Amino acid sequence: MKGLKVRDLQVEIRSGERRLVPVDGVGFEVAANECVALLGESGCGKSLTALALMRLLPEGADIAQGTAELDGIDMLALPEREMRRVRGGRLAMIFQEPMTSLNPVLTIGQQIEEALTAHGDASQPGIKHQARELMTAVGLPPERLAAYPFQLSGGQRQRALIAMMLAGDPEVLIADEPTTALDVTVQAQILALLKQLQQQRGMGLLLITHDLDVARDMADRVAVMYAGQIVEWASRETLYQSPFHPYTQRLFQVLPAISRRGQRLAQIPGNVPGPEVRLEGCRFSGRCLRVMDRCRQETPAWRQLSPDHGVRCHLADGVDPMAAPVAAPAPSETSASPSAGEGAAKATGPVLALQGLAVHFPVRTGLLRRTTDVVKAVDGVDLEVHQGETVALVGESGCGKTTLARAALRLLEPTSGRLELLGRDIRQLEGEALRRQRAAMQIVFQDPFSSLNPRMRVGEILEEGMRALRPELSGQQRAAGLARLLEQVGLPQDVVGRYPHEFSGGQRQRIAIARALAVGPALMVLDEPTSALDVSVQAQILNLLADLQRQQGLAYLFITHNLSVVGYLAHRVAVMYRGRLVETGPAAELLTRPGHPYTRLLLGSVPGRGLPETPASVPGGQAAAPGGGCAFAPRCPQMRRECLEEQPALRELAPGRQAACLFPLV
Amino acid sequence: MSAYLLRRLAYALPILLGVNLLTFALFFMVNTPDDMARLHLGVKRVTPEAIENWKAARGYDKPLFLNVQASGSGVLTDTIFFEKSLAMFAFEFGQADDGRDIGNEIRTRMWPSLAIALPTFVIGLLVNISVALILVFFRHSYVEWTGVVLAVAMMSISGLFYIIAGQYLFAKVWALAPISGYQDGFNAARFVWLPVLVGVVGGLGAGARWYRTLFLEEAGKDYVRTARAKGLSEARVLFRHILKNGMVPILTGAVAVFPLLFMGSLILESFFGIPGLGSYTIDAINAQDFAIVRAMVFLGAVLYILGLILTDLSYTLVDPRVRLK
Repeated sequence: MKGLKVRDLQVEIRSGERRLVPVDGVGFEVAANECVALLGESGCGKSLTALALMRLLPEGADIAQGTAELDGIDMLALPEREMRRVRGGRLAMIFQEPMTSLNPVLTIGQQIEEALTAHGDASQPGIKHQARELMTAVGLPPERLAAYPFQLSGGQRQRALIAMMLAGDPEVLIADEPTTALDVTVQAQILALLKQLQQQRGMGLLLITHDLDVARDMADRVAVMYAGQIVEWASRETLYQSPFHPYTQRLFQVLPAISRRGQRLAQIPGNVPGPEVRLEGCRFSGRCLRVMDRCRQETPAWRQLSPDHGVRCHLADGVDPMAAPVAAPAPSETSASPSAGEGAAKATGPVLALQGLAVHFPVRTGLLRRTTDVVKAVDGVDLEVHQGETVALVGESGCGKTTLARAALRLLEPTSGRLELLGRDIRQLEGEALRRQRAAMQIVFQDPFSSLNPRMRVGEILEEGMRALRPELSGQQRAAGLARLLEQVGLPQDVVGRYPHEFSGGQRQRIAIARALAVGPALMVLDEPTSALDVSVQAQILNLLADLQRQQGLAYLFITHNLSVVGYLAHRVAVMYRGRLVETGPAAELLTRPGHPYTRLLLGSVPGRGLPETPASVPGGQAAAPGGGCAFAPRCPQMRRECLEEQPALRELAPGRQAACLFPLV
Repeated sequence: MSAYLLRRLAYALPILLGVNLLTFALFFMVNTPDDMARLHLGVKRVTPEAIENWKAARGYDKPLFLNVQASGSGVLTDTIFFEKSLAMFAFEFGQADDGRDIGNEIRTRMWPSLAIALPTFVIGLLVNISVALILVFFRHSYVEWTGVVLAVAMMSISGLFYIIAGQYLFAKVWALAPISGYQDGFNAARFVWLPVLVGVVGGLGAGARWYRTLFLEEAGKDYVRTARAKGLSEARVLFRHILKNGMVPILTGAVAVFPLLFMGSLILESFFGIPGLGSYTIDAINAQDFAIVRAMVFLGAVLYILGLILTDLSYTLVDPRVRLK
């Protein structure tokens, strides 16, 4: 058979007496001209599986058993010298982080030519020509061969990396989370490119991803991994229509989406177990809602439900392999409505009101460090957030959304504009008065691994804010407050004496939320609070945030690039592009009928609805518009001559809806 | 680029002024000219006239900062600070206590210093990098393990041991080189090779270990995995990818100390009797000749600042990401 066939692959990590098995008996196949997705949450062993196939496992990890045949030759048994010819030749791999995966001191051309010389015997002029062809194939202008990686954007770097890996004309290309680090618009382009290359070259593509929607767009067949094993293996249609394994079913249910507004998201209790956890019986039994006694004792064997559908679950025992697929996933729980209804309470004035807020960073050059230019990170933003309301601020990386949030909290000094919190102008506050005002405005950061002080116990972290901002509380009151906080965020009371590193990502984010809540804020800025978390944990955190808002009437300014989360959670949405708001409006309307072409571009790039027919040729990045026209004009498919002359201001489209476009779509 | 250089040079001025003021305070205010005179003339049975004469002969009889008796600009210029300290900015170091011109002395003694320091530096750098690369290439084997243990042992041994052992073996037992001394011209090689060897061997343990750490850090980076995924051989990964990136901190670190080579090595020069600036400084400290010590401290500061500016420039050569503005 052409293609890749993996059987019973086992990876072990030995340290002293301990032996961990992060990949345990994985088997699947990738046929020629087929895309197989290896789907799983972090720590399930999917990346280690890929690295094991390339025989590039990190130090300490080794292949314990298994075979991986490429055209009938077992690559795991090849001597290193021959494996080197396979690597980057018949089997190639691209990596997650385009920012760090290229050598910073060599040009793109040097790095592509190096791959070409390793796998061909072409003469020098031939190599130059081939390198140019590869650049064209991945949609980069050949002139960029002379560029260094730092001169390219993230998407361009990923394209360059793909070009390098195509140099050996691989039969199978492994792509390990190739778009996770990229903006959604760039992600759509890279995915379309990969799909197109796969089909043109008849290549097998092994796509490793945690994103169900990406897998849905790309894959012909999908393998779902959990805790080092493949638990379900099916064609895409089968898997997405009738997933069998309880884990797979739950994965679909925990996804936030606009269709789930107002419902409570289903949760998978607990966390993804790391390889250090010893699991008896079925590895999912501890988190499974349909767990039976035998699941805890007996490891389920692999069962074939139909020729194209296999599963590792005891529930499959009673199923006739030829019978109709098992019923569709159970409806999600609707125990409580998370959002405070579509129209949030607006009786009182806004909690946060920004008027013409701007943050400019000076660019200093020359001998005397004179300001020769300014970077307008935020350039005149009007925005209100009301009590009990979630306003989502969306946009690509670099559009200024984090800068805006920090300026709104005065963690950064705004250049101009008005900034009101609970009706009070806080731009004028200084020193002690500003410090005391901070009790009303709190922030939860993206990365719970670096935003909690590792040297402080959880109790100290939570109490620190109370001591500083609510000195009127006695020790007893603080302790009582602490206990109540932990209960609110769903953490056991005994965590106070422990350190942050003892907790998983989801638990840490709960601690971070409790820390912000401790001082009784009216406004919480949530800066990508779930993007570092697994989807099963994301659902828990989103439910928690919705509960807290309902109970306490908090105002959320929710910064994110994940439009599914926006659709699920937000009441209103503000879309930001190059420091300005280009569209605002109620989430349900804005996300279904966008008024600004940029909003439509963002929505069209969200994976899970099929790939665009032709890879979008809109320039990536956010190049400045020439002259004084609309900043989005260079990327806009609807661009007209007028757009280059006039900069559009926000104008009302419908009650509560505004867009900054001369020719709005609605 | 030129604007950047000008600005860096402008920043250097206040630093040098600060160095100047600090050494001035140490050598003239904490330790007054009277103390200096007594040190040289002997504490007992010294007449006040002898002290005054000693000071007058060296220009130390003037006020420190302000000469109220002088007229015109002499109020500021006819002082110890102006004549002895600020003059150093024009590289006028004045006279040593024995009456010889310090600037002249520096110009002649610089060359023997360089004859030792330059080869030690260049050969040392090459040897350290080579050994570190070998250790990285054979990582997780007995070669690396043995190498690291040896390196730790070598850096734990005092530098003096290498000098004495080298002199004993090569000069006394095998009579391959003179124990100490120096001659100008081509004969210098006969005297120079042993101190250079001792210098290189003495620095090998710490140097190789440090560079090995740098290379290992690079070896763990993502782009190295990419290079391997292309199917490159381990040697190519090591030389083209790891070495090239690992050399960035090594080269710039080396450039920083490069100007300081002029100052020579304090210990090597003293033990091998090389008439360079290192032994000059040691002798001056022993003889309590503060004029020389001050001159050398100032020169060291100038060269160090020069080294730091050169470091920044060298970054632009080895790292395409760095542009000076």
